[in-house]
Amino acid sequence: MGWATDYKKAADLERQQMTESAVTADLEMVCQKYEPVIGLETHVELSTNSKMFCGCPAHFGGEANSHVCPVCLGLPGSLPVANRAAIEATIRIGLAMNCQIASRARFARKNYFYPDMPKDFQISQYDEPLCTGGYLDIWVGEGANRDRFRVGITRVHLEEDTGKLTHGGETGRIHGASYSLVDYNRAGVPLVEIVTDPIVGAGERAPEVARGYVAEVRELMRALDVSDVRMEEGSLRCDVNVSLAPRGSSVWGQRTETKNVNSLRSVARAVRAEMTRQAAVLDSGGVIVQETRHFHEDTGETTGGRIKEEAEDYRYFPEPDLAVVAPDPAWVNELKANSPELPSAKLERLGAEWGFEYEQMREIANAEAVELVRETIELGVAPTDSRKWWMGELARRANESETDLLALGVSAKDVATVATAINNGELSDALGRQVFEGVIAGEGSADQVIKSRGLALVSDSGALQRVVDEAIAANADVAEKVKQGKVSAVGVIVGAVMKATQGKADAAAVRKLVMNSLGVSD
Amino acid sequence: MSQVNSEQFDLAHLAKLARIDFSQEELDTLRPQLLAILEYVARIGEVATPDVEPMSHVFKLENVVRSDEVTPGLSPEDALSGAPEQRAGRFAVPRILGEEE
Amino acid sequence: MSNQQLLTASAAEIADLVTTGKVTAAEVVTAHLAHIDQVDGAVRAFLDVDAEGALRAARNVDSKRESGEKLGSLAGVPVALKDVVAQKGRPTTCGSRILENWHPPYDATVVTKLQDADAVIVGKTNMDEFAMGSSTENSAFGPTHNPWDLTRVPGGSSGGSAAAVASNEATVAIGSDTGGSVRQPAALTGIVGVKPTYGTVSRYGLVAFASSLDQIGPFARNVKDAALLHSVIAGHDPRDGTSAPDSKKDLIAAANNSDLRSVRFGVVREMRGEGFAPAVLDEFDRVQELLKSLGADVQDISLPHASYGTPAYYLIAPSEASSNLARFDAMRYGLRVSPNPDATVEEVMSATREAGFGSEVKRRIVIGTFALSTGYYDAFYAQAQKVRTLIARDYHDAFSAVDVIISPTSPTTAFKLGERVNDPLAMYAADLATLPVSLAGLPAMSLPIGLSQEDGLPIGMQLVAPAFKDELLYSAAAPVEAALEKQWGGPLITKRPPILSGSR
Repeated sequence: MGWATDYKKAADLERQQMTESAVTADLEMVCQKYEPVIGLETHVELSTNSKMFCGCPAHFGGEANSHVCPVCLGLPGSLPVANRAAIEATIRIGLAMNCQIASRARFARKNYFYPDMPKDFQISQYDEPLCTGGYLDIWVGEGANRDRFRVGITRVHLEEDTGKLTHGGETGRIHGASYSLVDYNRAGVPLVEIVTDPIVGAGERAPEVARGYVAEVRELMRALDVSDVRMEEGSLRCDVNVSLAPRGSSVWGQRTETKNVNSLRSVARAVRAEMTRQAAVLDSGGVIVQETRHFHEDTGETTGGRIKEEAEDYRYFPEPDLAVVAPDPAWVNELKANSPELPSAKLERLGAEWGFEYEQMREIANAEAVELVRETIELGVAPTDSRKWWMGELARRANESETDLLALGVSAKDVATVATAINNGELSDALGRQVFEGVIAGEGSADQVIKSRGLALVSDSGALQRVVDEAIAANADVAEKVKQGKVSAVGVIVGAVMKATQGKADAAAVRKLVMNSLGVSD
Repeated sequence: MSQVNSEQFDLAHLAKLARIDFSQEELDTLRPQLLAILEYVARIGEVATPDVEPMSHVFKLENVVRSDEVTPGLSPEDALSGAPEQRAGRFAVPRILGEEE
Repeated sequence: MSNQQLLTASAAEIADLVTTGKVTAAEVVTAHLAHIDQVDGAVRAFLDVDAEGALRAARNVDSKRESGEKLGSLAGVPVALKDVVAQKGRPTTCGSRILENWHPPYDATVVTKLQDADAVIVGKTNMDEFAMGSSTENSAFGPTHNPWDLTRVPGGSSGGSAAAVASNEATVAIGSDTGGSVRQPAALTGIVGVKPTYGTVSRYGLVAFASSLDQIGPFARNVKDAALLHSVIAGHDPRDGTSAPDSKKDLIAAANNSDLRSVRFGVVREMRGEGFAPAVLDEFDRVQELLKSLGADVQDISLPHASYGTPAYYLIAPSEASSNLARFDAMRYGLRVSPNPDATVEEVMSATREAGFGSEVKRRIVIGTFALSTGYYDAFYAQAQKVRTLIARDYHDAFSAVDVIISPTSPTTAFKLGERVNDPLAMYAADLATLPVSLAGLPAMSLPIGLSQEDGLPIGMQLVAPAFKDELLYSAAAPVEAALEKQWGGPLITKRPPILSGSR
């Protein structure tokens, strides 16, 4: 038991030293002394209909323990049978990440005891996973500082999820709980585990690289349509590994694993927290303990878990109840050919085509407007105008009604109608906004709303001149002020004209007319 | 093939891995029996040479899969029918030390 | 038909009588239940007798017949089920305290098949705990006694099922065989027991001991009945990922074979030496002469790696078992022992498994845990899997020269209760002839061939056929059985001394 005692001593020392030394909060300073190496393990819950090894529903909902059967409950005598769709999804994920697909893959038992494990072993994969040796390119930074970063992928494999534990007691947290409750609805849901190679050379940008990688994985899963990938719901989970090596050293530091990272923002924060914590420990001459840490959303810090006296021994061996998976090479090639374009590559390409910066494309993608913008552009609208309407007025309206763009009820055709009309001088921006108001309210298509509401810019300049003259006459004192040099006051007269025309005039043109009529120049 | 010597054989560690709370008496009886058995089974090293493939499935079975369809399972009552303790439709289990999931 | 006649009738006869309405299923079952009542106190084959359920099932069969519905091939036949098979709503203990009160919420595939064939399950039989043992003395609920001599073991781990058939408490029975657990008890109780080719009988609902070795198999008092039961339980099952495709073989037709001419038998050189009792070898030699007289060819063959079968088995089986039995952790079903009110989940798991498992099971779990553990996997488990390859090759080579391989099933006749309980290695020696077959996944049968000149106890001969050629077992055994029964004046089982009554 000497080993456990040493560990405990080291942990105590670390805690003591941290409170004593100054915390190095600045990543730049951290990276002057240390080289961070990070690694990410993400688990993706597949959105198959049924579970990995049985026909129970894989989706959530319903009473506790209502989506279970002898197999996923691990009842004595039950046997697993593999879900073909889950295997296919895993291979498609591997292909999209440029991995080698195994000609023979095997399931293996990972043996350990825990109440959320129905069999007290997890059927996973060990030394013969479905996919190995790939990479995923991500972009970090903005503008001139944008860099492509290649993250190596060590493996992509398939396994089953565990049940869900809730803890009895006041806090609902595991510490101090006097009992726990288990719901096995989630047990057996297919999980794809993606493990990166150690990521070296990110330096200060390590948090952004980590976040960017997870964001890209999320986009990829959506593009492949294999998972809901909602971090807040647990269909995308991320564990973050961080170690620091002294600059110039060829030996990597001791790494820690941090769990409970439940959002993209937390990914970056967790990496940052570990980098600064580890730097502080190392600065004061302490040692980093290999352990699993827990990330806290509220404080942005990590805390250590229970120091394990002995390392886990999972006693992996090939699963005797399941046959070897030998994907047909011809079929794999077909899947590869049908692989969707990687999300960020797609954004880069479209950005170049449309003349937008990557960040702008990213914004459009985040608003799930890429297709809408593309359709609009295809209808002949200039990219800047497409973006202006979708990401401007329409995005604002979507936010207001707490919905998303697709649910607004505005089509690309509507936007094209409005944009074209404005270009032709038939509508102003203000009138265009009124059109969209009508469309959203369900009054019909943009064309129909324009007709039914009679929206059109006043084009008869003679009629307009008369309105201008009337407005000037009605606001004679203001007109005098303008003539005297207070040009800004012209807005009052312009406003009066707009009111009189019920907004059906182009404000800029009206101003020009007024100024002309007053004989004043800007 | 390694011979197992007495010191290497950490029975207490194995008992922990296997979650069995052996009494000291049992451990004392078990130790020589296990060592004798392990010595006996170590004979296989005589023939298990590197050129021989390990066999984990008796017959060549590949790609045994099922289609991604939902099929009927157990009712919650049936699922919980064997539970030593249950609360609110869930299996109630004793307190767990440490480790947030 | 008298009750006595019903008790000694074959499954084929009973099914015929019930189907043609000459006897009701209820009558058949009632006779058997009464007999169980009379003798099971002494034999202790059963852990649970389902009198109510059996009568209900029997009446169901009778009303089906009355309404003109077609009946299954086992109509009205009383079947005993080894307690390792999940039967919905009925106790399924696996001979263990840890499952003492477990009632599965589902049926094993084999149960559904038996019910579809209109068989009547009369109860669950005793066994070595979690199928680990060769004498049924490892049951947490006391041993079963050999109907031939109540002071002796019936063999194991399916001792209860074998004893039930040998004592006429059931017409046929279901057992499970991982390293000989159907064949060896069959030999020790003078009946027929078969281990089908691995994968041909569904394991769905069979509580797992060693996943890559376990197979469900039939017990019967004659070869034809074994074929009948075997046909009912075999077949592809999509719920079992190791299940072989459906076989088109007609086992019953094979069991009707009477011609042994030009069948080539191979006698395993390595299975007639040290450890085999002379009286056993004598009977085995006599049968070889009989085979020749029937026109068969008998030659020596060698399985050079056979002796490595025992050590390999005692690494592989415990390794898989250590993983399969992990689920018994007091969380979802089975026994829960709390050492104190404030105990942690780990303490409860460990205390439960300590109290709930018997010593043989614990011993094997520890061996298995060791063999799989980091640092030892390559040296033990992986090596043992290589021996399987070598043994499979040995059989494959032998089958190029012969059709059926034979040996005594067990090195000795039934030993006394308590004789080997404290010597695990001595117990393991009982499986010398049966283990290699299991490691290779081949089909095998134990056929009763005579009584020991020394102690008058039954001796069985093991027949082994190539993979997926289970029918060869039946076509080879049937003529031998016929010739032997002619010599004996009837089935060997009729020579069993009467069981002194002992009520349950």
